[in-house]
Amino acid sequence: MIDFNLFSKAPDGDLYTKWEDYKSSLKKLSPEEANKYKVIVIGTGLAGASASATLAEKGFNVHAFSFHESPRRAHSIAAQGGINAAKNYKGDGDSVMRLFYDTIKGGDFRSREDNVYRLAEISKNIIDQCVAQGVPFAREYGGLLDNRSFGGVQVSRTFYARGQTGQQLLLGAYSALSRQMENKKVRFYSRHDMLDVVLVNGKAKGIVTRDLISGEISTHSADVVILATGGYSNVYYLSTNAMASNVTANWRAHRRGALFANPSFTQIHPTCIPVKNDFQSKLTLMSESLRNDGRVWVPKKKSDQRKATDIPEDERDYYLERIYPAFGNLVPRDVASRRAKEVCDEGRGVGPTGYAVYLDFQKAIEEKGEDFIREKYGNLFDMYQNITDENPYQTPMKIYPAVHYTMGGLWVDYNLMTTINGLFSIGESNFSDHGANRLGASALMQGLADGYFVVPHTAMDFLAKEKPLEKDITDMPEFVEAKKKTEEEISKLMKVDGSLAVDEVHRELGKIVWDKIGMARNEKGLKNALEEIPKIKQKFWSQISIPGDDKDVNQELEKALRIKDFIELAELMAHDALDRKESCGAHFREEYQTEENEAKRNDKDYKYVAAWEYSEEKSPQLFKEELQYKNVKLKTRSYK
Amino acid sequence: MNINLKIWRQKSDHQDGGLRSYRLENIDPNISFLEMLDILNIKLVKEKKDPVAFDHDCREGICGSCGFMINGRPHGPQKATTVCQLHMRAFNNEDNILLEPFRAESFPVIKDLSVDRKAFDRIISSGGYVAVDTGDALEANSIPIAKEDADEAFLSSACIGCGACVAACKNSSAMLFTAAKVSHLALLPQGEKEGKERVVNMVATMDEEGFGACTNTGACSAECPKEIGQTNIARLNREFIKSKI
Repeated sequence: MIDFNLFSKAPDGDLYTKWEDYKSSLKKLSPEEANKYKVIVIGTGLAGASASATLAEKGFNVHAFSFHESPRRAHSIAAQGGINAAKNYKGDGDSVMRLFYDTIKGGDFRSREDNVYRLAEISKNIIDQCVAQGVPFAREYGGLLDNRSFGGVQVSRTFYARGQTGQQLLLGAYSALSRQMENKKVRFYSRHDMLDVVLVNGKAKGIVTRDLISGEISTHSADVVILATGGYSNVYYLSTNAMASNVTANWRAHRRGALFANPSFTQIHPTCIPVKNDFQSKLTLMSESLRNDGRVWVPKKKSDQRKATDIPEDERDYYLERIYPAFGNLVPRDVASRRAKEVCDEGRGVGPTGYAVYLDFQKAIEEKGEDFIREKYGNLFDMYQNITDENPYQTPMKIYPAVHYTMGGLWVDYNLMTTINGLFSIGESNFSDHGANRLGASALMQGLADGYFVVPHTAMDFLAKEKPLEKDITDMPEFVEAKKKTEEEISKLMKVDGSLAVDEVHRELGKIVWDKIGMARNEKGLKNALEEIPKIKQKFWSQISIPGDDKDVNQELEKALRIKDFIELAELMAHDALDRKESCGAHFREEYQTEENEAKRNDKDYKYVAAWEYSEEKSPQLFKEELQYKNVKLKTRSYK
Repeated sequence: MNINLKIWRQKSDHQDGGLRSYRLENIDPNISFLEMLDILNIKLVKEKKDPVAFDHDCREGICGSCGFMINGRPHGPQKATTVCQLHMRAFNNEDNILLEPFRAESFPVIKDLSVDRKAFDRIISSGGYVAVDTGDALEANSIPIAKEDADEAFLSSACIGCGACVAACKNSSAMLFTAAKVSHLALLPQGEKEGKERVVNMVATMDEEGFGACTNTGACSAECPKEIGQTNIARLNREFIKSKI
């Protein structure tokens, strides 16, 4: 066992100038020198596409891999609401410092000061870059960029493109990537799953992939490997993530020695379309921006069966406005979600299952007009109507929380390097910036900050100290061994000759994770999860069925490889949630709450990042990174 | 509800395919079309038969992964709706539903309903961008853009690259797809500088990839799940002519 000394490697010095000073101290390579190096990037969403394009511009030879057909299909595309930046265009007193503070506070003081300040600082460059690429952000009549506000903050700093901001930003990053593909600086491997990372002398020097069309397993060597592989919300089976979003690349890196940080910090988004039946395959998010004009309420009476529009004003409980007068409907996600669960558990939920609350636009429509609402949220309203067959202009939306984002991920230092030398992790796939809860419109910001403006500098510095590989080294025993291991695993899976579809096992797993490691956790439930998950694992390895051939398009095999890893991850999440005997952000331990049912943090004992080491035989081993707060004062989060 | 499916099954591009019939009973009309296919696939897996391959991912109508022909129409009968957003309530009890892949020479079949649309990426690579390196950008508000232009550019940029336009076109033309990207950038000052080469190169790639000619029939816009309009094609033509002057 290695004794990991988890040190962020953030330089000393003044928080405000730290990143600029550090950046100028990093080693540089000219484009001619950079041309001698090969970089592997896994994932081509916002983080991966922006990193690939930028590294290629700097002269590196980038090999970008995705399980998608095209980089433009990555799940970043589905982000609706917007991207934060401390531009202070509205003159409402916003600043880098304020964005930094809001993000640290929003994360309930469980993220690293240095990383978060850098993120806030870079936010401004991102908007400049995206506008230069032609991203059609919403504008005011005077031609300047428009902003809106989002949960957990009191300024307007969110840039947006209707309800399709993620799409427009991804198309921007994809266009930059496409330009480098044309320049032959990026080679794109479409429909490839990464199934292992290969270490040579302790350094990440390549990967093992499966071609999803031919089924061929191949190895690729490079001077550095960057994971931009997103989050793991699909461990819950039902989530707002795309169907194929998975943890496999990260999990394989974890098994090879990358510590996994804060796995139980998973975000439950308050405004999603509620589950309707057992066949539901995924959940659909309704952007948080809707809470700017929508008011959340439930009937005051329990099991009130009346139609929403028949319930008079004084019999409605606008519970967020009531409990949090300062932030009202714009409280952070974790708070809004937990309160929704609470009123539904009390029996005041609405809809056929009783697990939904209203999001009502009546007042906004009366005050601002239907056209205003249509202009701002039209596509979201259409989507809602299409899915539910109800018209939200006439009757309030029904919403309920759903898993949406994972703050946890691979542990990285200030350079975004994992505990494996030469293996970086960027965007949602790392743990670094959001602490125990992410604020709305900050995921796009982080993905692009890491990809455009951080990892190109830190990876270049790493490479400048490395001798470039002179040739392809995939004939080395490390690569041969990793390939053989992957092939054996696949053949073992293909031989399980049971009668369950992998989706059925996945659904069972998801139910346990949602019930026990979801919006509220307690010791009994978590211990129970640790008993139940191994049974699911057993079931998976003895009862699944994968028809067809592994040397062919085989979508069942693709799913099986992912679910296998989700099962292992679920166990780690339970360990992590059990270890953290406090409530913070999205991690709500029922045993640790205030009299007003707010999260009760314990800074004395739990002000650390929990980073876990994988072990095949025994329980995962915990390593702690103590968080240092030098520039902000720790205080109880209050949105009242 | 009960439905009778006829689905195109084809192992790969090199092998012949054919239609196979399947019947599903007691389908909840409130489930989505793809959830109906999930049910069929679980059934097939349990019978140790090869499930139907189809592309899909976000199931929110934005990633552009899904798309096949339903009763001869790309993405099926509902206007401005991708397959993943289509629900079974759009069909009637005992309907016969025919599923085929998008048919176009430039979209080879991968398996069953899944096709390869990488030709679209090659069109974008040949010019669908503004040549600006990371870090070279000016302060964002130093380029004011009239709201109408920004909104118009957004509507063009809302294309999801699903390929329905090609599948709807009798000539398998990729004109609407290409025009949407040309328009998006032509409407913005950022895209102006490279406007000439962009349109010429993208049209040339479109031709090289084997997509057919545009005859302004308009089937593409009629079937487009994002309602990308014909004005985009007019704008591409104008940009193309302008580039020759």
